[in-house]
Amino acid sequence: MADDAIRCDACPVLCYIKPGRTGSCDRYGNHEGKLVRLDPHVVLHRAVERGEAVKLFLERGRDWDGTLIGQSGVSHGETFVTAIGAGTTYPDYKPAPFIISSQVDGVDMVTVVTEGIFSYCGVKVKIDTDRHLGAECSTVRAQGEAVGHVTTSEYGSQMLSLGGVRHLTGGSRHEGTATCETLLNLCNGKAVELKIDDGAKVVVQAGNPPIVDGAQEERMRVGCGSATIGMFAKQWFGKVDEVVVVDDHITGVLSEHQAGKLLGVPETGIKLKGRRSTPGRYFQVAEPGTAWGGTEIDDPLTILGKFNAKKAWPGLRLLMVSTTGEHHGYFELDEDLKPREKELPGDLRESVARIKENCEPALCTVLFMAGAGGSLRAGVTENPVKLTHSVSDALTRVTCGGAPVYVWPGGGITFMADVTRMPQNAFGYVPTPALVAPIEFTLRLADYAALGGYVEHVRPLSSITAEDEGRQRVAARAENPWPLASGMKPATTVNSKKR
Amino acid sequence: MKQRAQIRMLADGRRLHLHDGPIDLIVEAFGAPCAIEAAYHAAGARFVTVLDELCGELWYLRRRCSPENEWPQGAVARRMVAAVMPYAPQYFITPMAAVAGAVAEEILAAMVAVVELSSAYVNDGGDIALHLSPGEKFVVGLVAGMEPRLERPSLLGTITVHESDPVRGIATSGWRGRSFSLGIADAVTVLADRAAAADAAATIIANQVDLPGHPAIVRVPACELAPDSDLGDRLVTQAVGELISPEVQHALEVGSRTADLLLRMGLIRSAALSLQGETRVVGDIGESRIVTPQGERGYVHA
Repeated sequence: MADDAIRCDACPVLCYIKPGRTGSCDRYGNHEGKLVRLDPHVVLHRAVERGEAVKLFLERGRDWDGTLIGQSGVSHGETFVTAIGAGTTYPDYKPAPFIISSQVDGVDMVTVVTEGIFSYCGVKVKIDTDRHLGAECSTVRAQGEAVGHVTTSEYGSQMLSLGGVRHLTGGSRHEGTATCETLLNLCNGKAVELKIDDGAKVVVQAGNPPIVDGAQEERMRVGCGSATIGMFAKQWFGKVDEVVVVDDHITGVLSEHQAGKLLGVPETGIKLKGRRSTPGRYFQVAEPGTAWGGTEIDDPLTILGKFNAKKAWPGLRLLMVSTTGEHHGYFELDEDLKPREKELPGDLRESVARIKENCEPALCTVLFMAGAGGSLRAGVTENPVKLTHSVSDALTRVTCGGAPVYVWPGGGITFMADVTRMPQNAFGYVPTPALVAPIEFTLRLADYAALGGYVEHVRPLSSITAEDEGRQRVAARAENPWPLASGMKPATTVNSKKR
Repeated sequence: MKQRAQIRMLADGRRLHLHDGPIDLIVEAFGAPCAIEAAYHAAGARFVTVLDELCGELWYLRRRCSPENEWPQGAVARRMVAAVMPYAPQYFITPMAAVAGAVAEEILAAMVAVVELSSAYVNDGGDIALHLSPGEKFVVGLVAGMEPRLERPSLLGTITVHESDPVRGIATSGWRGRSFSLGIADAVTVLADRAAAADAAATIIANQVDLPGHPAIVRVPACELAPDSDLGDRLVTQAVGELISPEVQHALEVGSRTADLLLRMGLIRSAALSLQGETRVVGDIGESRIVTPQGERGYVHA
């Protein structure tokens, strides 16, 4: 293959693309040896969905010049300028780089866009897995440096908290750089390998399944071991004498479980290791790990004691299965009441498949979390606290690369946003080290003037969409609310509020 | 894995946009609102696996078509092979020549299979599959497009396809298009019974509109532009300088003869060939032929 061509992995066609040309989709290109969907400044454009989609075939013959995708007429309210590539105001006392007015439903709206330099920022990562990743508070490392810690376990997921000012600027130089790089990659949707002290190695990529110690997680568990017994007891009844659902949290045993009792499942003389919580529910049957049901065991029989000879009988049929159906084993007791592994009968195979089927795809989700400091707010208005008030009064809408954010109640503007809802490569960094993230504030022009905004710097939308070079239009994501959509409180609310 | 394909309604609230990798479809169905919804659901459900199916057999689909080859597995791939097979003995053609039309056909078939629609179309970058119930018709705009910088395309003419006509597929090929062409036609638009057949025929005819060895034509081996092109080291047209009228007439004449042959073989119903402002039309069926521009509703740009 020609050595200057690069392989595009944006879709399974896997085109080889020569420098200066695009792949078969006309969307990805080779720009000086790098795969790009170019352009520094991203303009979310609702019309692109129409204009691009019905692009005439004859227009496609134009040589790709590495810049814009085609544009059609711009109507107000159809274009939203994101802060990606806008530049920043640091150190902070000048007006934000772009303050843009557009008309929405006859109301003059202002969007202040800036790329915030966030020293106080990080990501919250939710990893759908039952495998034990590490103890709470354990250090999470990237490139050997501490970049965060393990926080709470949630239902079917492990949470990590990465970044934050302490790792970014409070530790060694290398710790800060490693943290910054980890955050940047995670926020831009790239895969990152993390190692947890006394725990697992996990590859995290927003919107993709986690890879724990080299094994890709497929599915979330259907429920804990006990819940699984409850859900499937009826389907097992009559087909098997005993079922053990192996789970690091709560292992369930059919014959002892309330669900089994109700169906009249006879006692089997089974003996579980671990601590009995309530009938049919056991804690700590094994050490946590990355094998069966989030435990360390590879052989499920190791969690069983001897069968009680008074209750058990030769030929007793035993199914052992994990909470995701991923691991399973079928056994029958021999004359000495020892379990012997047998092939899984067809009707049980169905129930194991059913467990699998009920498990949702396991994903990693990455929420960017940051606080807009006083200086960033000063780029929006001469009186920064008024912006905070305006945001908490819902007069000003905050978006991150056009994506919706959750703004924490209380003081300041501390927000979280799902990185998969932003345009590609929305994040950057400065060597401070700190992350550079887009942030946009949208409000009515009248409200903007009232909070001391830089009204004299407001530019009409047409001035940046028509003339300037180096802007990229991207189609707005259908799942995101349109940042300029109506639904903000009416202007009269301003007067009724007292601060 | 996260779903790669994008399935969304366009802002007009009527048309469905399906996008995955290089595939970009505009779909519109007409009929009862619940039927349209069911049809769009079926289109989306069928669409999500199409690119993976094609990529699974891409090595095969990029090879020259030969009657001796085994048939591929995928439904779309089979439509592609069926469409190019008639040309295999005489011409160089790969199943990829019919990919756009075959995808359009497959999605249309998925819609029509689940519900009754009065009419529907699937437009795959200009290659269009049509569905018509009795009494229905489509008006399709033809774009010559000598000036790609024009904001609005110049309409060369329109085609009205009635239910009573056998035409259910429209496709356009030319060197200015998205795929490489071995010929110099600006655009060859073909009407055929099915979209994949129209796609393959348009490719063949556009390749034949040519002036071999003409100094004003810039040709480059396909693999130098796209290393994995199905055309390998064949010379593809990258630029066509100004030609004198007799040259244009000659090139169109060669292409028209091929189109006429395909017409007599029953492979196509009609074709319009354009080169540097000159247009030839071959065949006409009922009213399904090119007429002058008019302001009728329901344009589908070809």
